[in-house]
Amino acid sequence: MSMVNNTAKTYTGTATSRVDGRAKVTGAAKYAGDFNEGGLAYGAVVESTIARGRIARIDTSQALRVPGVIDVITHENRPRVADTDQAWKDDVAPEEGSPFRPLYDDMIKFNQQPIALVVAEEWEIARYAASLVRVDYEKQPFVTDVYRKRDDAIVVEKPDKLRGDAAKAFAAAEVRHQADYFIPTEHHNPMELFATTAMWDGGGPLTVYDKTQGVQNVQQYLCGVFEKKPEEIRVISPYVGGAFGAGLRPQYQVVLAVMAALKLQRSVRLVLTRQQMYGLGYRPATIERLALGARRDGTLDAITHEAVGVTSQFEEFSRNDTGWSALLYTSPNARYEHRVAPLDVPTSCDMRAPGAATGVYALESAMDELAVALKMDPVELRMRCYSDRDQNEDLPYTSKCLRECYREGAAAFGWDKRNAEPRSMRDGRNLVGWGMASGVWEALQMPAAVRIVMTANGHAEVSCAASDIGTGTYTIMAQVAADSLGLPIENITIHLADSTLPRAPVEGGSWMAASACHAVVATASEVRKELLRLAKLMKASPLADTVEEDVTLSDGKLVSRTQAERGVSISDIMRHGAMERIEKEKTNEFAEDKAHARNTHSAVFAEVKIDEELGVIRVTRVVSAVAAGRVLNLKTGRSQVMGAVVGGIGMALHEETVYDHGFGRIVNHNIAEYHVPVNADIHDIQVIFVDEPDALVNPLGIKGIGEIGIVGVAAAVANAVYHATGVRVRDLPITLDKVLARRPAT
Amino acid sequence: MQDGAAQSDANPAPLPEKMSVTLTVNGTERRFSVLPWVSLLDALRDHLDLTGTKKGCDHGQCGACTVLVDGRRINSCLTLAVMRDGAHVTTIEGLATNGALDPLQQAFIDHDAFQCGYCTPGQICSGIGLIAEGRAKSPHEIREFMSGNICRCGAYPNIVAAIQQAMGTKP
Repeated sequence: MSMVNNTAKTYTGTATSRVDGRAKVTGAAKYAGDFNEGGLAYGAVVESTIARGRIARIDTSQALRVPGVIDVITHENRPRVADTDQAWKDDVAPEEGSPFRPLYDDMIKFNQQPIALVVAEEWEIARYAASLVRVDYEKQPFVTDVYRKRDDAIVVEKPDKLRGDAAKAFAAAEVRHQADYFIPTEHHNPMELFATTAMWDGGGPLTVYDKTQGVQNVQQYLCGVFEKKPEEIRVISPYVGGAFGAGLRPQYQVVLAVMAALKLQRSVRLVLTRQQMYGLGYRPATIERLALGARRDGTLDAITHEAVGVTSQFEEFSRNDTGWSALLYTSPNARYEHRVAPLDVPTSCDMRAPGAATGVYALESAMDELAVALKMDPVELRMRCYSDRDQNEDLPYTSKCLRECYREGAAAFGWDKRNAEPRSMRDGRNLVGWGMASGVWEALQMPAAVRIVMTANGHAEVSCAASDIGTGTYTIMAQVAADSLGLPIENITIHLADSTLPRAPVEGGSWMAASACHAVVATASEVRKELLRLAKLMKASPLADTVEEDVTLSDGKLVSRTQAERGVSISDIMRHGAMERIEKEKTNEFAEDKAHARNTHSAVFAEVKIDEELGVIRVTRVVSAVAAGRVLNLKTGRSQVMGAVVGGIGMALHEETVYDHGFGRIVNHNIAEYHVPVNADIHDIQVIFVDEPDALVNPLGIKGIGEIGIVGVAAAVANAVYHATGVRVRDLPITLDKVLARRPAT
Repeated sequence: MQDGAAQSDANPAPLPEKMSVTLTVNGTERRFSVLPWVSLLDALRDHLDLTGTKKGCDHGQCGACTVLVDGRRINSCLTLAVMRDGAHVTTIEGLATNGALDPLQQAFIDHDAFQCGYCTPGQICSGIGLIAEGRAKSPHEIREFMSGNICRCGAYPNIVAAIQQAMGTKP
């Protein structure tokens, strides 16, 4: 706490506009496919058209005869790559399994697998030549439908110790609800196509511009795959056009682009097509089974949550899906189990709030059905089951203001005016429905390092390898740096997403804000110590007898915390010390605290209006009340939650990757037929950040908000659809045909 | 045309001749030669080094490539460069004058109408085209007429607010 009567502006917690805003509205922001230097050659990928088997013959002769084609790389002529799974494992790879190796051999493991790369002088020529590559396959039987493998799925998650006997308690419960819910496969579809530009520099270090959420992850991976020393490959990704988890693991285009650059000794750009991005990772289709047993007073006796998700035949990917149900609400008996079915598809991967977006959708739909069975208000039911402790670990939270989320969200929404009876509320020809749901996510933090270079003119350069995928990392780091160094934000320059910069984790899991900002504060503290050391050397220094804890940086000066008049300007200190720059680098440190659970929470309220005759569903209002500790930037934070709500509306009403299981192939692999919300689909969204002071989670009280905004949204919409129509759709997305076909007879 | 292995010895069809195209791009006349199958989008990005215009689908499904051609907003991936010979093209790089942002560019910053920024050049060009069309009065109409521009980060309400500000209709 500062005792100084401080007139300097502080930035942390305010609605500061994005520091990278100007670059983004003028077209100056460069994404991975925007680097044109270096006499580029262009790549085009040829994909498999079968789901499983081997390549019997691949004929590239016609493609090679197209003028302007430089090479066609296949498993038969590719350069040497590493041959151990260890070398191909990236930081985010599942522990179990053998990562996919593009163009490694003749085996086909999934449809749309890359099987050749055409490289040409122009992109259109490469694309044309790719259409001339002829392939004969030996096909093998395949399965792409999770329902066909439901019974022989592998257990990936269950509790260490059982809590009570959920089956027995369920059987004995006064009120029971049991149902299956289904979330189809979803694809992230970031607006930016996956792209890599690999810059050949005469055999010197290769500079790789890549679309990724983790430049150092990609750099280490490429060094492993191509058996290079760390200094031989540099990965840069200053701007990332969305990713939502799709860029956590290195994608195959980075391997192919680098392979081509090394083989041809030329700079190569490879941009996947929108269609080809459906051959990458995805949110796994998941079958969820919920069984809730309650007393008539609305307290829970039994929670059972079982899920079956999807992974590939070669890697075992999964995330906590069912554990959330046993964590969130008070229940003496709880059991959860998550299994995954290996199918002939690419490995599934993280997509915004992986596991929670799916598992909590099922839980919160089931809770709504239980409320109906109990004839109880859905908010009241959740209040009666409220737990102030993590029910799995039996630990108190560092903070949990979910009650306030329910109250403030309900008040803003006008929930008290809800008539509980389905089909009871109308607006002209529309049925009106109001639904709600809870959300939960983790508050995580990871090791990260930051370098600060402060110059005598009062500017600071702050560097970290972290990515900003649209989340606002540039901006929040600038805010925290400006406050920690006592400088105007205009004097701060942030450098991110270069593998040569100080160590950062991949941007994911909602951990970057806490991780990177604490690294900024830790490093700024080293800068301050150095300034104090220099200030004490000054003649008649006003800070001569001051100790470290008693000084702060404010308004361009190092000042006493208790006596504001005792201070020296940064430029005077540095000039006197004959220092042009102070450079410090430090890694964040978090105290280990195994006595508390760390989570973010939300309460989501949704209004739908459904044309009674046509079944058209519109989400006309959403209120999302979020408890996520300290929010660093109210403007970008609000946008992040609002965008996550839009993603949740897509999950509820639009998004579905459709397979033809007879061919084992996706049939809607474009963004005209894979529906995502467009502007006309989105109406009023109100974001509330409830006050949640948290002195325990970390010194700045940051919990992260990237994921929490999507959790619970699909359930709130589904519950509103039920309230409007009396139709309970348990298989997402909720499309008008399902609502019309299942409407009650009148 | 190609029927599997039987024809693999045949030579592929020869490439067509390059054609000369002249465009006035952001007020500057640019003359260049391209193969006739090059889209306006790829001509801007790969031949004129104007990478502010983005490719999100190449099929006219997402709107990331929206530019203004003779004052009208179009998907530059759905038109060939050679079809636009003589046209005036305005891209995101040409909207600011002497460093001063267009009011819609400033409104996008003020209202945080983007996150990752990838769809933003197309959104802004589309918004400028929409304002020039003069047919969007209400937020509902803005939403409808901006629905050809997908924003996967979900900034839609902020995009509507930014366009309202630039139109001077923000309440």
